[in-house]
Amino acid sequence: MFAFIIRRTLQAIMVMLVISLIGFSIKSNIGDPVRDLVGERVTPAERAAIADKLGLNDPFFIQYTRFVKNVLHGDFGTSLIYRKPCLEVILKHAPATIELVLGAALIIILISLPLGVFSALKPKHLFSRFIMGFSTLGVSIPVFLTAIMFIYLFAVTLGWLPSYGRGETVDIFNNGYWNSGFLTIDGLKHLVLPCISLASIMLPLYIRLIRSEMMEVLETEYIKYAWAKGLSPKRIWLVHAFKNTLLPVVTVFGLQIGIMFAFTILTETVFQWQGMGFMFLEAIQRADISLLIAYLVVVASVFVLVNTLVDIFYGFINPTVRIAGTK
Amino acid sequence: MSHLLEIHDLEVKFALRTGDIIAIDGVDLTLDRGETLGLVGESGAGKSVTGFSIINLISKPGYISKGKILFNGDEISSYPDKKMREIRGNKISMIFQDPMMTLNPVFTIGTQMIETLLAHKNISKKEATKIALEKLKKVQIPSPGTRLNQYPHELSGGMRQRIIIAIALITDPQIIIADEPTTALDVTIQAEIMDLLQELCETDNMALILITHDLAVVSQVTEKIAVMYAGKIIESGLTHEVISNPKHPYTIGLINSIPGSTKPGEKLQQIPGMMPTLSEIPSGCAFNPRCTEKKEICETIIPEPKKTDSGSIVSCHMR
Repeated sequence: MFAFIIRRTLQAIMVMLVISLIGFSIKSNIGDPVRDLVGERVTPAERAAIADKLGLNDPFFIQYTRFVKNVLHGDFGTSLIYRKPCLEVILKHAPATIELVLGAALIIILISLPLGVFSALKPKHLFSRFIMGFSTLGVSIPVFLTAIMFIYLFAVTLGWLPSYGRGETVDIFNNGYWNSGFLTIDGLKHLVLPCISLASIMLPLYIRLIRSEMMEVLETEYIKYAWAKGLSPKRIWLVHAFKNTLLPVVTVFGLQIGIMFAFTILTETVFQWQGMGFMFLEAIQRADISLLIAYLVVVASVFVLVNTLVDIFYGFINPTVRIAGTK
Repeated sequence: MSHLLEIHDLEVKFALRTGDIIAIDGVDLTLDRGETLGLVGESGAGKSVTGFSIINLISKPGYISKGKILFNGDEISSYPDKKMREIRGNKISMIFQDPMMTLNPVFTIGTQMIETLLAHKNISKKEATKIALEKLKKVQIPSPGTRLNQYPHELSGGMRQRIIIAIALITDPQIIIADEPTTALDVTIQAEIMDLLQELCETDNMALILITHDLAVVSQVTEKIAVMYAGKIIESGLTHEVISNPKHPYTIGLINSIPGSTKPGEKLQQIPGMMPTLSEIPSGCAFNPRCTEKKEICETIIPEPKKTDSGSIVSCHMR
């Protein structure tokens, strides 16, 4: 298991190096750090001197090494629009996004597992047919439309829930970074609609995935054997079949959590949610290259980190993977 | 005194979209305590379906449409599922064909052994572990203690089949139904597993139903034999009688096609043609298109089982 973890970590580092290379290539070709620093009203001669001083005329590889070294020290450069270090800007926006994704993931897990298992066990039940029909509908409606419909229904017409923003937040560490909406009633109320909207795309896919995996597992010899051993249906379904169903589901879920971070851009825009997605759009609109690249690298590393953790977790629930790792 | 197991006029149908087809057609069998019965036939003859219908676990869309199954005099074929579960894996155990597919890959051997005990007996986990260890020793598995914590993929096929035998034994059942227990194993392992199974049944006075297509194995292991063809038992009796003096043309053909009965270098004998699929069973005797002794009557009238001079029961117009 230890060798397996080491190997997965090395792979993750390789992936990060490739991503940083892509990020840096974009930055060195599109961005103009000199303009970022001094604006438009400086003579060409002065610009050349600054570029030289910053090492912008050095060979690509040397510049890249410097970039990686800086990034490893947490220095992504300065954001043009916020006039602050990029990492600080991202870190201040990250908690909002993380809470949004966390809430959505929670909704997906809590709803997709029971519904998926139920519709696999009783495929002909009226409720199962309803779930399947509804999930087709859910997949086909884009997030922003769902979000707008929710706002119209629950915020404007019924007035039950707020339509935008994060509401009352609590500064958890008292340093201005992590303002949590999970700790106040008002904050939780603000989380409901955005989280459901974000979950709405993944949830139907999940129900379907769990259903089809479970149905496949139920047909296997070892499940038939479990019946022949005289075990109770509860044990066969919820222990024997469920654990085998979970194996592929966990992998996909890990990947999807990463993708959900990207999906927040739509949700955050509709709900004016001050997270990383909202910040990203702003950065695009105002050509803040440093911030864009920093976002790219940070989101990519979250993606890689989550995937690595999922792989390691998968190793714990699937004994076959564990063995392959130790050899 | 009643028999341990009696099957009366069992009929199993499969409900297909095109209508029901009959998979088992009027099977009668009896089994006494400690007796071994071989159920022989080609693939698709209905051997496995007969085996599974005893514990009422026929794969969908199959169902028992007629007849009854008595276990210790109780009609278990009419038991509700909950009551049937107390019999499955407890009084009647099964051994499946492919040991590579039978054990759940994500649970340890220990878990899969102990859960069977806990499902049927009111004992603690500690006691169950003790019994599991005992049974592993009984099936002659090296270092049984470490096996309990191993996963199925860490063991070989032969080892896994021993584990499955140990699981079958764990509740001290009265009947073990072994569905082609050695088909998926190497030839050298096959003999070991068969010997083990036979020995265990003898020492514990358990009845064994051995489902197989291998006549050689049946003749070595079992006391009684029933030959199946297209969902019917066409010949049954004491194994040595049927093997040494087969009556039904199909049984004769089966025995002649055993490689041992041909001289080396000669072409192996075979029964011409193929067994009909369940939806295309010919009228009259199902075997008539392949039979060497066919007469007109065979094409129209289904032969009734009758007793022969040697004591076996045969369904053939020519006997």
